[in-house]
Amino acid sequence: MPSIEEILEGRRICICAGSGGVGKTTTSAAIALGMVEQGLRVCVLTIDPAKRLADSLGLEELGNEAAMVDPELLRENGVEPRGELWAMMLDAKQTFDELVARHAEDEQARERVLENQIYQQISSALAGSQEYMAMEKLFELHSEGRYDLLVLDTPPSRNALDFLDAPERLTQFIEGRSLQLFIKPTGLAARVAGRGAGVVLAILKRILGFDLLADLSEFFNAFSGMIEGFQDRAQRVNSLLRDGETTFVIVCGPQAEPIEEAVFFHSKLIEAGMSFGGAIVNRVRYSLLDPVPPEKELVEKLEAAARSRDLAGRAAENLVEYGLLAERDEDNIERLRSQLSGEPVIRVPYLDTDVHDIEGLAEINRFLFADERTRVDRAT
Amino acid sequence: MNRPVTNFLDKRLIFVTGKGGVGKSTVSVALGIRAALEGKRTIICEVAASENTSRMFRQEEVGFREVELANDLWAISIDPDDSMREYVLLQLKVKAMRDLLFRSRLFTYLADATPGLNELVTIGKIWELAQLDRKIKHGRKYDLVIVDSPATGHGVSFLRTPRVFANIAKVGPMYNQARELDELITDHEQTGAVVVCLPEEMPVNETVKLESDLREDIEVAVDRVIMNAMYPERFARSERPALESMADSEDEVVRAAGRAGVSESRRREAQEEQLERLTRSIASTPISTLPFLFEPELSLEAARILGEAID
Repeated sequence: MPSIEEILEGRRICICAGSGGVGKTTTSAAIALGMVEQGLRVCVLTIDPAKRLADSLGLEELGNEAAMVDPELLRENGVEPRGELWAMMLDAKQTFDELVARHAEDEQARERVLENQIYQQISSALAGSQEYMAMEKLFELHSEGRYDLLVLDTPPSRNALDFLDAPERLTQFIEGRSLQLFIKPTGLAARVAGRGAGVVLAILKRILGFDLLADLSEFFNAFSGMIEGFQDRAQRVNSLLRDGETTFVIVCGPQAEPIEEAVFFHSKLIEAGMSFGGAIVNRVRYSLLDPVPPEKELVEKLEAAARSRDLAGRAAENLVEYGLLAERDEDNIERLRSQLSGEPVIRVPYLDTDVHDIEGLAEINRFLFADERTRVDRAT
Repeated sequence: MNRPVTNFLDKRLIFVTGKGGVGKSTVSVALGIRAALEGKRTIICEVAASENTSRMFRQEEVGFREVELANDLWAISIDPDDSMREYVLLQLKVKAMRDLLFRSRLFTYLADATPGLNELVTIGKIWELAQLDRKIKHGRKYDLVIVDSPATGHGVSFLRTPRVFANIAKVGPMYNQARELDELITDHEQTGAVVVCLPEEMPVNETVKLESDLREDIEVAVDRVIMNAMYPERFARSERPALESMADSEDEVVRAAGRAGVSESRRREAQEEQLERLTRSIASTPISTLPFLFEPELSLEAARILGEAID
């Protein structure tokens, strides 16, 4: 099993995907830090960093523009930055506004969208808009070409797949322009819309009310001049995701559910023609003792060392329970391995403390940037 | 089960919310079992279509129909497309008209493209389930509807959807419908929210924000914050040195027990710090804790244990 360094060989973009709560942000930051140690100039794009992690990187004012982490700070924490570490936090709304500004024909068209109340409601909350804006920013940074590697921490969607669907959904959404044809059918448009449209429109009015229909129409219409720009952009973002320089890393936990999701996401990635780099399983309980003897027997063995039968009893109980979870993790990861048919799976052990500083990231990197044998040695 | 009835289960509708991966589905099922055991006819609604409930009950699939899981306990997975069909039919009353609408390209565009419409019809379905006088034919009456809500971020915007629609529509049938949904969400007598949290840095931060957003922005009654997966107090802090010296032992059994012990003891200590931080930051809502269960997969039995543990 290769290290993350080998997985990222020759890549310019690493997208960390996975469902919420699996340690994606921390993993993304650790990967970026490790590659900086290898001498690369890396930028990590994150959505919502833990405040303590951001603070520990000296990035209190993390914003929609990339900022460089002070190399001195890294050195103080035992990391020798042969490259540069940059970080930015995505502001979906601001990115959306910038996108509108870029595609608008003129000032007036831009204002019309930005001031539209439906736009204001949705530009940060629309399902998929955060995902799309993350990719948009990625594309922008990639085009600038200032970094050797971009690491993207994807938004905490309930489903990793939301991310892949995002460009398509956004395109669909702006295609709502056709509503305009139906609402104010004049001349050619009326003929295109056809006769059935009148009936449908009447039904719609009954459900939505005319005002809402008109507002929606105005909203879609405001976007109408930008559609080509958006579509073209979405196309380019899509091809960037399929580019040989881009790879996806799936981050997950060792429980059955995230593992299943990882397997599913892997198959979808392959189906979509995207590159799969490997899976990183966080918080794995490595087996400490195999097999774990029955509890009674354990207590006997531990009593002398624990110098108390009572403590020996609790330590034995704890080891047995730990063993159950370790066994579960091993089974689940075994299943993941077989389903990924030989693709890399990196296990990061369940550390005693949460990671929210440079030192903690470096600890994770003792596993991410090691080969399998070293990883197992270090974990057990 | 001689515990006093937890009063928030006396409401008609409970939204279980929280960051992804904190155990919302488990808590939803646990609350559902608890309520059913107290004799309430209860239905658990999955919104994110993750089908966790059916996994726990070893059901093939719950789907968009009300499925009985246990005595007095039901489940449904709310699909926005199905909700939309049902909603439109309730509005139009005539199937043929509905089908005409669903066949039209215009409607398909509109339904796909209109931001928040999926969420709105989903909440509409939840509202319908919570009615004693059900709108759909032969609808069962429930005492309690528990919603396994989408993850934070999506969570607050999910509950805000009706108000957004009401503000945009201003008048008309959609306005009335949206207003009614918003009134149900903000009705403190009938509706409450439960926020699920894990004893870790990020989840605690998000919970503090979510709890105040729910109360102040959405204006829903937050009845409980549940700190999930707390390790047992197995070892005293004073026993740490003994465990540490075991972890350095030459004997592999002693070493393994020592390492597992040190790890859990440190984890528990970190969890207590997070619980303290949560308690300091949240003044207006009672906090309950749930134990971490040392089980490979969370079973129905586990959910029952958790259900009984909620105080």
